[in-house]
Amino acid sequence: MSVSALRAAQLVVARDLRLAFRRRAQLAQPLLFFVMVTALFPLAVTPELSQLRQSAPGVLWTAALLSSLLALEFLFRDDAQDGTLEQYVLSGHSLTWLLLAKTASHWLLTGIPLALTAPLAAVALGASPQALPGIVAALVLGSLSLSLVGAVGAGLTLGLRRGGALLSLLTLPLAMPVLIFGARATQLAIDGVSYAAPLYLLGSLAVLALTLAPFAAAAAVRISLE
Amino acid sequence: MDWSWFHRLGSPPHVYRIAGRLVPWLGWPAAMLILAGLYGGLVLAPPDYQQGDGFRIVYVHAPSAWMSLLVYTTMGSAAAVGLIWRMKVAHAVAASCAPIGASFTLAALVTGMLWGKPMWGTYWQWDPRLTSELILLFLFLGYMGLRDAFEDTQRADRASAVLAIVGLVNVPIIHYSVEWWNSLHQTPSVMKLGRPSMPASMVVPLLLMLAGFTLYFAAVLLTRLRGEVLRRERSASWVKEALQS
Repeated sequence: MSVSALRAAQLVVARDLRLAFRRRAQLAQPLLFFVMVTALFPLAVTPELSQLRQSAPGVLWTAALLSSLLALEFLFRDDAQDGTLEQYVLSGHSLTWLLLAKTASHWLLTGIPLALTAPLAAVALGASPQALPGIVAALVLGSLSLSLVGAVGAGLTLGLRRGGALLSLLTLPLAMPVLIFGARATQLAIDGVSYAAPLYLLGSLAVLALTLAPFAAAAAVRISLE
Repeated sequence: MDWSWFHRLGSPPHVYRIAGRLVPWLGWPAAMLILAGLYGGLVLAPPDYQQGDGFRIVYVHAPSAWMSLLVYTTMGSAAAVGLIWRMKVAHAVAASCAPIGASFTLAALVTGMLWGKPMWGTYWQWDPRLTSELILLFLFLGYMGLRDAFEDTQRADRASAVLAIVGLVNVPIIHYSVEWWNSLHQTPSVMKLGRPSMPASMVVPLLLMLAGFTLYFAAVLLTRLRGEVLRRERSASWVKEALQS
């Protein structure tokens, strides 16, 4: 063990970011999916902005949840295939810590861009510009929880042939609280009232996930690599 | 303290024998309690002054809902024991719990919907308890799906154990967030089961049913566990002897 734990985490994040930016198309796909799903709703329901505004929180959060699921499949897959994850296990550093770094870079690459794209979709669904900070804040916190909880599911389904469908079956019920509070915060932000309470709850969910999920993810990855 | 009884629980042939001996001691009292509870609930208890005879479905609905949570807790605890102490029998217990729990959850959902039709005028209301049950059903199905995806039993055991433990942490969070979500969206329209105004002639059958369902679960669990143990140990010599005798 020649590098400190902090340095190792930095290296993991730097490596993931560099790899991701070399495949920009793959990086953009979940975002494109998110924008397209939100664009489908007006076509399927109604172009009436006043009605769209009411369903906007649900549309935004369902689309965000689905697009983050789409990205989750790639979280560990390539690294498991080329043996990088095994090297992480053998590196002498705590696997929990390294996977936390990996999840953090996944959040930087999918959750943050999603939160930054959301204003575009929100305005298209009739939200006023005043609502945008609340929507972005809710998505930033919510997507952190989704990445952390999703990492457990991704670890468990790693290497399974029909992992994709199973991953959604495992992750979606666990993501329900995030969806509830996230959509609630978005709703309040669009209504122009204080959205602090659900935002705090989203924050506490994120802290809880940050504390517990990496341990479960590490246990899951270890089992999958056996 | 003598712990040998506990260590013996790690031995599949011992568990197979003990479980077989316990099943009738749990199954018959369960049958008698359920029969007594049903008689008390369906015949002796007076009709509810608001809901008439429709409320009687509660004698199946409430125990099923209670069992769904108890089974999930049992499953999660057994999975944790199996993961921490590497106890194969505990994994077998967790694996046997899942289909039972899913069935109880489904029973709670279906009876809830049947009750909802005359009471709410619709089969489905986004009532917090029904919604929590629905999510619990998804958790059970996810657990079973994950087990099913592995070909190797040991890997299936350990992977599904991690999922069961994560789910166990999440169940109260899901429950309270659903409750909170609902309180903002609709006014509570459900009667409170635990309200003190319920007369004893209604409560006693309910308690009998609860006890009966719990014993029934224990009996079914042990029966499934015997099958699960046999399946896992199918190449061991004691299985041959046990099946021949």
